[in-house]
Amino acid sequence: MAEGKLTQTGEPGITVTRSREEGLEGEILTVNFGPQHPSTHGVLRLVVDLDGEMVRGVRPVIGYLHTGIEKQMEALRWQQAVVLTDRHDYLQPPINNLAYALAVERLMGVEAPLRAQGLRVIMSELTRIASHLLWLATSGLELGAMGIYFYCFREREKVLAMNEEISGFRMHTSYIRPGGVSGDATERFLEMLDAFIEEMPGNIDEYEALLTDNPIWRARTRDVGVLSADDAIALGATGPMIRGSGLPWDLRKRRPYSGYEQYDWEVAVETAGDCYARYLVRVKEMRESVKILRQALDRLPDGPINVDERKMLPPPREELETSMEAVIHHFKLFTEGYSPPPGDVYVGVEGARGEHGVYAVSDGTHKPRRVKFRSASFVNIQSVEPMSLGSMIADMIAIIGTVDTVLGDVDR
Amino acid sequence: MSSITLAAPDPLGLYTNPIGHWVIVVVAMVVALVVLMTGAAYSVWFERVALGRMQRRPGPNRVGPFGLLQLAADGVKLAFKESFAPRMVDPVLYVLAPAIMVTAAFLAWAVIPVGIWYGFSYWIADLNVGILLVLAVSSMNAYALLLGGWSSNNKYSLLGGLRAAAQLVSYELSLGLALVPVFMIVGSLRLQDIATYQVHWFGASFPLPLILVAPLSFVIYMVSAVAEVNRTPFDLPEAEQELIGGYLTEYSGLKFVCFYLGEYINMITVAALATLLFLAGWEGPLLPPVFWMFVKIVFFIFLFIWLRTTLPRLRYDMLMRLGWKVLLPLAIANVVVTAIVLVAVQ
Repeated sequence: MAEGKLTQTGEPGITVTRSREEGLEGEILTVNFGPQHPSTHGVLRLVVDLDGEMVRGVRPVIGYLHTGIEKQMEALRWQQAVVLTDRHDYLQPPINNLAYALAVERLMGVEAPLRAQGLRVIMSELTRIASHLLWLATSGLELGAMGIYFYCFREREKVLAMNEEISGFRMHTSYIRPGGVSGDATERFLEMLDAFIEEMPGNIDEYEALLTDNPIWRARTRDVGVLSADDAIALGATGPMIRGSGLPWDLRKRRPYSGYEQYDWEVAVETAGDCYARYLVRVKEMRESVKILRQALDRLPDGPINVDERKMLPPPREELETSMEAVIHHFKLFTEGYSPPPGDVYVGVEGARGEHGVYAVSDGTHKPRRVKFRSASFVNIQSVEPMSLGSMIADMIAIIGTVDTVLGDVDR
Repeated sequence: MSSITLAAPDPLGLYTNPIGHWVIVVVAMVVALVVLMTGAAYSVWFERVALGRMQRRPGPNRVGPFGLLQLAADGVKLAFKESFAPRMVDPVLYVLAPAIMVTAAFLAWAVIPVGIWYGFSYWIADLNVGILLVLAVSSMNAYALLLGGWSSNNKYSLLGGLRAAAQLVSYELSLGLALVPVFMIVGSLRLQDIATYQVHWFGASFPLPLILVAPLSFVIYMVSAVAEVNRTPFDLPEAEQELIGGYLTEYSGLKFVCFYLGEYINMITVAALATLLFLAGWEGPLLPPVFWMFVKIVFFIFLFIWLRTTLPRLRYDMLMRLGWKVLLPLAIANVVVTAIVLVAVQ
C-alpha cells in the first residue's frame, strides 16, 4: 500500500471513507493478522493497513481451513453424506444436519413424522444456544473479560452432555438424518432438558449482569462496527448481523420449517447495527430459544421418529425374519443406498450465524451430483471490511468477534 | 514530624560503625532480592489460583502441595530454554530492555520500608525524598517496554511498545499528582514518616489511614496504579487478543522471565505504596506489623486479580481520554482543594 492517500472502495450501496485526514501523512504499516492469531476464530487471515492504531484497509484472506467437504459429499451415498455436514460448521452440527436432511427429504418427496420434527427443533435450539454461548465466551475474552468465558462454557458443557445422551456424540452428533432422527429421546435426556430450560434464564441474567450494563463493555461495543440495514442487505448478511441492523429477518418465521410455525416466540431485533446491538440480539435469541425449547418439550408428540418409507430407512429387525421384501430393501439400502429422482432443491434454515442453505442436485443415482452450502459465515465475513475501516485495531477485534464466523464453514 | 528509629537489639554495635552500616545494607539488599523474587513468584501462583477459583477451575494444583512448586517448575523450564533472538533485532537494546525492567522494579524497593515488629521496621536506604525515588524508577519501565517493543523487529511488538510508552507517560502524571495531597497533609516525602503519620487530634495520637483524609487521592492513585502496572482493564500493551503478546511477543526464556518478574514486582510495589500511603502502612491491631503489612499488600494484589477476571479491556483512545481528560484534571483539582483546606485549617 502506497503512502498517503488511499482510494475509495466502490462496492454498490456501501459508503466507506478511506481517505486520511489532511496533514497526517505518515507511514502505513501493513500487518498480517493471522492465520495464527489469538482472536481470528481459527485461521482467518486479515491483511490490515494500519495508520498508527487506525485501520485504513482490511483484506480478509480465506482458504486456510479448506477441507473439501462439498466435494467429498459427491463421493458418499445420500445417507452417508450426513456425517460430513456436522463438520464444516462445527458449532451447530444439528442445524447443518437439519438443512441437509430437509433437502434430501424434499428430493425424495417425504416429510419427517411429527415427533421427529419436535426433536429436530429441540436439537436445533439447543445447538443455537450452545453456539451463542461459545460466541459470548470468546467475544468476552477478546475484549479482555476473562470470567464470562468460563461461565458460558459451564452451560455449553450441559448442551454437549445432552448431545451425548441423545446421540452418543458430544459435538458431531449426526443426529438429524434424512427421514427422521437417529434415535428417540431417552427419559434421562428429557429430564436433563427440563432442568436446562429451568435454569437457563437465570444463567443468561448472570451473563448480562457481567456485561450488559458494564460501562467498559458498552464503550467498547457501542457505535463500533455500525452496519446499516441497507448495507446489511447489500452484503447479504443474515442472522444476528441483519437482525442487529433492524431487520426482523428470521427464516424460522419467514419460511417456517420443521414445525416452527406452531411455537410462540419473538424475533430478536435491535436497530443500532453496532456490536452492542449484535450482542443484545444474541442474548435475546438465547432467551427466545429457551422459550421454544419449553414449548417443544411440552408438546413433543408420541409416535414414530422416522418416516415409514422402506426405500429410505432399513426395516425393523423382526420384519426381516418374515418378509422377503424387507430383506430385499435391507440389502439394497446397505449395498447401494437410495436414489432420489433427478432434480435440484434449495433449503435454507436459520442457523446460529444466519441463513444456512443447502443446494442439492440429484442425477437419479445413489450419490449426490452436487451439494453446495450457502454458509452464513462465508457471506457475513465480507462485512468485516466495510465495518472496520476507520476504526481502531481493538474495534476490529470486536467486529470480527460479533460477525461470529466459523472458519470451517467459510472454507468448507 | 515523627521519625522512627531502629529499636532492634544491637549487640555487635553495627548501627554506629560505618563498616557495620554497609554490612547491614548489603544484607538488606540480599534479603530484599530474595523476598521480592519469592514474592513475585507467589503472586503469580496466587493469581493463578485466585483466577482459577473465580472461573470454576482449580488452578495449579499438581506440582507440590496446592501447586506451590508450580512456579519453581516453570522457572526451571524457562531458565533452560534456548536464548533465542529473532533475526534483525537490535542486539544491545533487545537484551537491555528486560534488564532495565527488572532492575527498575528492584530499585524501587531500596527505599520502601517494611514494618517487621513493634518499633522495628526494615529498609535499605533511609532517603528523605523516598517516594520521589520510587516514582522516578518506576517510570523507567516505559523505557524497558518501548525499547523492548522497538528492538524486537516485530510489528506487534512495536505497537505494544508504543502503547506502553504512551500509557505509562499519561498515567505517571496523574499518579504523581494524586500523591501530592498526601505529602501536603503529612509534610514529608519520607515513606517511613507517611506510613506512621500520627494524628494529634483532641490530644489523641494514633496512626490514621490517609484513605479517610484523602479518598479522592486514593481512587486516582489506584486507577493510575492499575494502568501503571499494565493490568486489566488497562493491559493494552500486551493485549493478547489484539497484539498477541505486545512488546513481549518475541521474548522467551530468561529475558521473558525478567519482564514477567519486573511486572509482578511492580505490582507488589504499587500495592506496598498504596498500603504505606493510604492504609497506615504496617499499623494494625493485635497482630505484629509484618502481618498487617503482608495482609494489606495481598489485599491490593487480590483486587488486581479480581479486576482482571471481571472487566473487559479499554480501548487505546479511551485510555488516553480517561488519563488526560478525567484523572489529570481531577488530580489537579484535588491538589488545589487540599491546599485550600489545609491553609484554612491552619
